Amino acid sequence: MGLDFNTPVFEVIRNEKKCIQCQVCVRQCSNKVHSYDSQDNVVCTDDIKCVNCHRCVILCPTKALIIRKYPLEFRENANWTSSVIKEIHKQSQTGGVLLSSMGNPKPFPIYWDRMLLNASQVTNPSIDPLREPMETKVMIGGKPEKLDFDAKGKLMTKMPPQVELRMPIMFSAMSYGSISRNAHEALARAATELGICYNTGEGGLNRDFYKYGKNTIVQVASGRFGVHRDYLNAGAAIEIKIGQGAKPGIGGHLPGKKVGEDVSATRMIPIGSDAISPAPHHDIYSIEDLRQLIYSLKETTNYKKPVFVKIAAVHNAAAIASGIVRAGADAVVVDGFRGGTGAAPTRVRDNVGIPIELALAAIDQRLREEEIRNRVSLIISGSIRNSADIVKAVALGADAVYIGSAAVIALGCHMCHSCSTGKCNWGIATQELELVKRLNPDIMYKRLVNLVSAWNHEIQEMLGGMGINAIDSLRGNRLMLRGIGLNEKELNILAIKYAGE
Amino acid sequence: MKTIDALNTSFGDLNSLIDDAIKIDRNITLKNVFGQRYIGRGLLEEVKIKIYGTPGNDMAVYMDGAELEVFGNGQDAIGNTMNYGKIVIHGSCGDTLGYAMRGGEIYVERDVGYRAGIHMKEYKEMKPVIVVGGKAGEFLGEYMAGGAIILLGLNLVKDENITGRFCGTGMHGGVIYLNETPEKYNFGKEAVKAELSDEDIVFLKKHIDFYSKTFKKDLNRLNIKLFSKYVAVNKNPYSNMYCTY
Repeated sequence: MGLDFNTPVFEVIRNEKKCIQCQVCVRQCSNKVHSYDSQDNVVCTDDIKCVNCHRCVILCPTKALIIRKYPLEFRENANWTSSVIKEIHKQSQTGGVLLSSMGNPKPFPIYWDRMLLNASQVTNPSIDPLREPMETKVMIGGKPEKLDFDAKGKLMTKMPPQVELRMPIMFSAMSYGSISRNAHEALARAATELGICYNTGEGGLNRDFYKYGKNTIVQVASGRFGVHRDYLNAGAAIEIKIGQGAKPGIGGHLPGKKVGEDVSATRMIPIGSDAISPAPHHDIYSIEDLRQLIYSLKETTNYKKPVFVKIAAVHNAAAIASGIVRAGADAVVVDGFRGGTGAAPTRVRDNVGIPIELALAAIDQRLREEEIRNRVSLIISGSIRNSADIVKAVALGADAVYIGSAAVIALGCHMCHSCSTGKCNWGIATQELELVKRLNPDIMYKRLVNLVSAWNHEIQEMLGGMGINAIDSLRGNRLMLRGIGLNEKELNILAIKYAGE
Repeated sequence: MKTIDALNTSFGDLNSLIDDAIKIDRNITLKNVFGQRYIGRGLLEEVKIKIYGTPGNDMAVYMDGAELEVFGNGQDAIGNTMNYGKIVIHGSCGDTLGYAMRGGEIYVERDVGYRAGIHMKEYKEMKPVIVVGGKAGEFLGEYMAGGAIILLGLNLVKDENITGRFCGTGMHGGVIYLNETPEKYNFGKEAVKAELSDEDIVFLKKHIDFYSKTFKKDLNRLNIKLFSKYVAVNKNPYSNMYCTY
């Protein structure tokens, strides 16, 4: 169809003085940006194919490459911006639904950056975690109203099932299919070494990974891929996925080209078949139905596994969370509108859902008011970028967080937002064996261990600074937070005071 | 054969009683079942349970090889995410029969509700089969990704359709066989009519014979060659729906 109006997004600049024509870039780029012209002995580039993933830049032995934003400008217009124009060109060319990857990139407020933490001065001395005990272990699961002991002091109360996490961090649900086998292995091994959990996502659990079961959350989503009795009993807990922050209210389509032999075996669907997750679970049309699914899982696992229910942060998240608690869940997982994804319709990703900070504050408040907060753990996700975000989340009421984007960045992701193409040059969001083997799980799991261990140290430092020696003592302690650059309404929802108050 | 009286037991207690009973006897009978959920949940092969009364929702959920025979009607989500096994229902049952089932067989003597066979799958030698003697509600085989649904349409009254609207909507695998003239029915755009092969006829005959024997019905008058067959237009229905950028 005639002209497609496509122009490059990035420009690849090659310093010819530095380039030695070694062709590493040619071999490394799955998008085929680079090509070698043997006649003239030069390496050429095709800017239009570049997604700016930095693979060639980092592997270039002489550092001859730089990638920049393509300098082509449209006439300046604050309303009809270049991205708006380009999206219309793309859709009028293809008739397709715009598809994006990773989380919402729009400049919405980031409330983590508008909250500040407290520290002890003079009174209530601060604690140095390098020399004094500092507890960051959390137990995920419902807690009883009260504890009963017998005459000898032995606990009589039957505790609901719990998952012990050495630190309040887990790796988010990312299915095998959306990410590679090697990425999954790195996550599983890191979770095991760290004493935390990773999450299978909705793509089933490969038999080779059952050995990491104690550190695995198995997910049950609307497609029920790879869900069977052994799978449900394989993990430390089960998570029912109702929604995802990047695409609240809609399902998922793993294209058939990503369903190779191993993904097929793990999802238990034919090779090459689309894996379609319907938008709703068709056995859940109400809170009562959700209870039915929760108890089908509890029944099948003899009440030994906590059952989490994950929702996207949406307008009525607090009321929905209350329903989830009353449906019998052991943990509520809330994923904010900045949560990442392998693929989501752009309009949904960028316009549906609410910030996790506000949803968390509203949910914790609501569950406390209804006196049911003890019945569940509250786990949040949707763009946790560093340890300070985690400390603030705990102060707002979270028990633990899931990290997804941060985890894949540790594995080498450079946030090029092109996961859905399946051509990830870093071997993360791809099923092409040549690309998958670029991610060496022996090396990469250590990067995850390093990241989470470092964050844990930082959490301990911040806790110690507040004169607190256990993360449980910070949970929901909003006096440790102060707002900055927030209006009255935002302060009310977050239930925090303004800096200086 | 051990008999368990389910009268006034909760689903949790009843399922525990079944767990204990099958350690001693692999053939058990439940009587006075009044809506207890999850009967047969995750049960493994070689267990046979006869159920008298009305079992509740999610019967045979995640079941992995057992055989359940219900002398009465079933409720919703029977065979939910079932892996393997056999279910026989001497009556009708509710909605979402065989939701996401991946293997095994379900035979229903009479009618089924909405969304029967939704998201049924198959994997290698696992090919689930649902056989329904009467009619089905709307959205039969929605999102169907594998396996087979056979609708016999016995005892339909005049002008009654064998299935409701939107049959096979979102279908991307599997096959639906109807004992009816197909033009009358509102199939989803993802399903398409296909020719019956000799293998289809052998397959249909095998399951219809089992139905006829199990429910003691003489089906010699059924002309299998007149059955219509529907399959998915393709197994990647949404491959052209998106544009990445």
